[in-house]
Amino acid sequence: MRLKLVPEGTSFDFFSKWKIWLGISALMMLVGLASFGLQGLNFGIDFRGGTTVRSESSTAIDVGQYRDAIAPLELGDVSITEVFDPTFEEDQHVAMIRIQAQADGEAISGEVIQSLQAALDAVAPGIKFVSVESVGPKVSGELVQTAVLAVVLAIGAVLIYIWLRFEWQFALGAVVALVHDVVLTIGVFSELQIKFDLAIIAALLTIVGYSLNDTVVVFDRVRENLRRYKKKDLAEVLNLSINETLSRTVMTSVTTLLALISLYVLGGDVIRGFVFAMIWGVIVGTYSSIFVASTILLWLGVKRDWSKPSNTAGNQFANVDA
Amino acid sequence: MLQIDLWKRVLIWLVCVTGLLLALPNGFYTRVEQSNDAAAEIIAKGDSPERQEVVAQWPSYLPSSLVNLGLDLRGGAHLLAEVKVADVYAARMDALWPEVRDALRPERDTVGSFRRQQAPDGQIRLKISKPDGMSRALQILRGLANPITTLTGAGASDITVSGSGDLITVELSEAERLASDDRTVRQSLEIVRRRIDEVGTREPTIQRQGADRILIQVPGIGSASELKAIIGTTAQLTFNPVVGRGSDADAAAGVGNKVIPSLDEPGTYYTVEAAPVVTGEQLVDAQPAFDQNGRPAVNFRFNTSGARKFGDYTAENIGSPFAIVLDDEVVSAPVIQSHIPGGSGIITGNFTIEESTHLAILLRAGALPAGLEFLEERTIGPELGQDSIDAGKVATIVAFIGVLVFMALSYGLFGIFANVALVLNVALIFGFLSLIGATLTLPGIAGIVLTVGMAVDANVLIFERIREELKAGRGPARAIDEGYSKALSAILDANVTTFITAVILFAMGSGPVRGFAITLGLGILTSVFTAIFVTRLMIVMWFERRRPKQIEV
Repeated sequence: MRLKLVPEGTSFDFFSKWKIWLGISALMMLVGLASFGLQGLNFGIDFRGGTTVRSESSTAIDVGQYRDAIAPLELGDVSITEVFDPTFEEDQHVAMIRIQAQADGEAISGEVIQSLQAALDAVAPGIKFVSVESVGPKVSGELVQTAVLAVVLAIGAVLIYIWLRFEWQFALGAVVALVHDVVLTIGVFSELQIKFDLAIIAALLTIVGYSLNDTVVVFDRVRENLRRYKKKDLAEVLNLSINETLSRTVMTSVTTLLALISLYVLGGDVIRGFVFAMIWGVIVGTYSSIFVASTILLWLGVKRDWSKPSNTAGNQFANVDA
Repeated sequence: MLQIDLWKRVLIWLVCVTGLLLALPNGFYTRVEQSNDAAAEIIAKGDSPERQEVVAQWPSYLPSSLVNLGLDLRGGAHLLAEVKVADVYAARMDALWPEVRDALRPERDTVGSFRRQQAPDGQIRLKISKPDGMSRALQILRGLANPITTLTGAGASDITVSGSGDLITVELSEAERLASDDRTVRQSLEIVRRRIDEVGTREPTIQRQGADRILIQVPGIGSASELKAIIGTTAQLTFNPVVGRGSDADAAAGVGNKVIPSLDEPGTYYTVEAAPVVTGEQLVDAQPAFDQNGRPAVNFRFNTSGARKFGDYTAENIGSPFAIVLDDEVVSAPVIQSHIPGGSGIITGNFTIEESTHLAILLRAGALPAGLEFLEERTIGPELGQDSIDAGKVATIVAFIGVLVFMALSYGLFGIFANVALVLNVALIFGFLSLIGATLTLPGIAGIVLTVGMAVDANVLIFERIREELKAGRGPARAIDEGYSKALSAILDANVTTFITAVILFAMGSGPVRGFAITLGLGILTSVFTAIFVTRLMIVMWFERRRPKQIEV
C-alpha cells in the first residue's frame, strides 16, 4: 500500500482557462507592486543603517516602560518590539530594539550601547544584550546595490542557460515565472511588513532556484513530448506533460515544505522571516511553473519539429542529453 | 543493462565512507575541539602530560577537521572598518616640507624668498617672491621626486610639482597615491592582525575587503567595543641598548634594566636598558631593501631629533648591540657597525626576503598609519548562538524524520533506499564542509534543511519515471534502467540552474549569506551524486540478489 498524494493517471485540464490564470497572476503582481509602492518594505538595518539590539531579561516586558527609559538618551527614532517564540524558556523575555542610523557615517558607539543598557537595567533589572548589530549608512547603501545586482544576475544567468538548453520561448516563460515569484514575495513582505534584510535576499535567490528547478522539470517533459507527439496540439502536449509530472511536483513540494515548516516552527525566531520567505516561495514557485511558465509557453507558441537539426543558436546545446 | 563495473562500485562506496569519516568528528564536537586546541597548544607552548591527555581524547588516526561555527552560532564580534587612507597624504607632505625648504634655500638668488601657504591636506603650496625663477624652482623640486617601484606605477615618480604665477604646488602623484593607499591598508591589516593575535582567541578572520576596508571577525569575544579597544592600542617601538643575552626569563636585570623575550627565537631573553635611545614615534619610514652583499635587509629613517640622538648613540657605541624592541619583545638585536649619521640606517640579519618585508611592515606598524572608521559592528552573545544551534538541531532532526517517513510511505522499499541516500547526503555535506574548513552559519543550517527537502527530488524524479515505465508494461530491469536514463536530463537541468543561483549568492553575498550559499551548493552536488550513483547502486545490488519478477515502486 502506497501513500499517493496525486492519483495515478490524472488528466486535469490546466489550460482551458489559461487567460484567467494569467489574469490572476498579473493581478496579484499588480497588488504586490502597489503595496510595495505605497507602503514600501520594512527594511532591516542591513539596508537602511541603524542599530538593532536584542535584549533578554527575566522580567516581563512593558514596551511603554522601555520606551520611557530610552527617551532621555535622545537616539532619534527607536522602535521596540517584544519577540515571542515557542522555543523560549518560561522566564525568557526577548525584545528587539531598533535605533535609527546616527548622524555621522559610523556604526553606533560602545558608550551609547552601555548607556542604553544602564537605562534599561532600571526598568528590567539584570537585562542582557544578547546581540547588538550596527550598520553605518555608507555600507547599507552598497548592500542594497549588491542585493539587487545579485537577483538580476541570477535571473539573467538562468535565462541564458535555459535558452541554450531549450528554446528562447522556454527561457522567457521561465523568467516571467521567476519575476512573478520575486514580485509576489516582495509584495507579501511589504503587505505584512515583515523585516526585510540580507537573509531575505538569500531566500529570494533560493526561491528563484527552486521555482526554476520545478519549471525546468516540466519543460524537460514538454520537450520530450513535443518530440514524441508531433501531431498533437501544443495545449494538449503541455497539459499531458504537466499531468505526467504532477505527482513529482507535488511530492517534491511536500517534502520541501515538510522540512521548511519544521524549521519555521522549531528553528527559533532569528531565522523565521527567512524561512517564511522560502515557504511562500515554494508555494508560489510551484504554482508559477504550471500556471505562469507553461502558460507563457502556450501563448508564445514553440517550434514543433525537434527531430530535424536546426541552425538556430539555441539548439546546438539542446541535444546534449547528458 | 543493470550493470555497474566493480571499480565504480568500489569508488562509490569509497566516496561515501570517506564522507562519513570526515563528518564523524562533528558528532563529537566539544571533545574533538578540545583535543585540537590541546594539540595546537603543544606546538605553541610546549608539551605537558595534561595536554597529551586532552589530545588523546580523540584518536589521531581519525580525521579531526571540524566545521567552523559562524559568529551567529558561536557568538563573537564582527567589525567592518574603513581605513582613512587620505590621512597618510597629509603626514607625507609634512615630512616632505623640510626637504623642500632645504632644497630651495641655496637658490634664494634665483627664486627669492619663499613661504608655505595654507593648502588642503596632502598638498604643499608655496609662494616665491621672484616668479622669474619659477622654472629653476620647479627643476629643483622635481629633483626631490623618487621613482615608484610598484608594478602599476613603474616609471612614474612619487610627487608631482606644478607652478603657476608665483605659486608652486607639490602633491603626491596619482600612482603614488594608489601605491600609498595599498601600503596603508596592508600595514593596517598587519597591525590589526598582530593586535588580535596577541589576545590569542581562536580562529579570528581578518580580511581585506575591496580597496580600503578590513573585515574583522573574532569568535568568543564579549563585544564589538572590546574588539575595537584591542585594535585601537598602538604598538610601542623602541631602540634600547643591550646589556646581555641569555635563556633565563628570571635573570637578575640590574637597576634601570629589564629582561624581555625575543620575538622570533623562543627561549631567548635579552637584558636591555629600560630607557630607550629612540622610540618608534621618531621613525619616519622603513622599507625592505638589500645590503651591500645583496642580502635582504631593512632600511629605516628617523625624523630630525630622532636622527640626532641615534647618530650620537651609534657614534659612541660602535661594536655593541642594540635592540629593536616592539611591545616589549626584541625584534632583532644587531651590532652597530659604524656611526650612523643622517638618521637613516639599515638592519641586517639572517633575513629572507619575506622576513625583511615583514619586519619593515612591523617597524612602520608602530601605530596604525591612518584612522579607522567602523562601518559595521555586530556582537552576538554566546547564549543566542547556543539557542540557535539547539533550535537548528531540533528543527533539522524533525525535518529529517518527517521526510524519511514520508518517503518510506510513498515509495516503500525504494523510499528506504532514497532515505539511506539522504542520510549519506547530509553526512557528505558535513564531511565536505569540514574538509574545506567552511563556516556553518544559521542560514547555513537552513540551507541543509532545505537540501534535505530538495535532495529527495532527484530520487522522486527517477522513481516517478520508473513507475511510468512499469505502467507502460516494461519489465522490472528495463523499467529501472529507463527510469534512470530518462530522468537524467531533467535532474541535470534542474540542478545546474539551482547551482548557478548558489554560485551567484556565494560571489555576491557576505557572511551568513555566503554560509547559506556554500551549504546549498554543496547540497546540490552531493544530492545529485547520491541520487544518480548511490541509490542506483543500492537498487542494482538489491536487484541482483533478489531477481524479482515484478517490482512495486
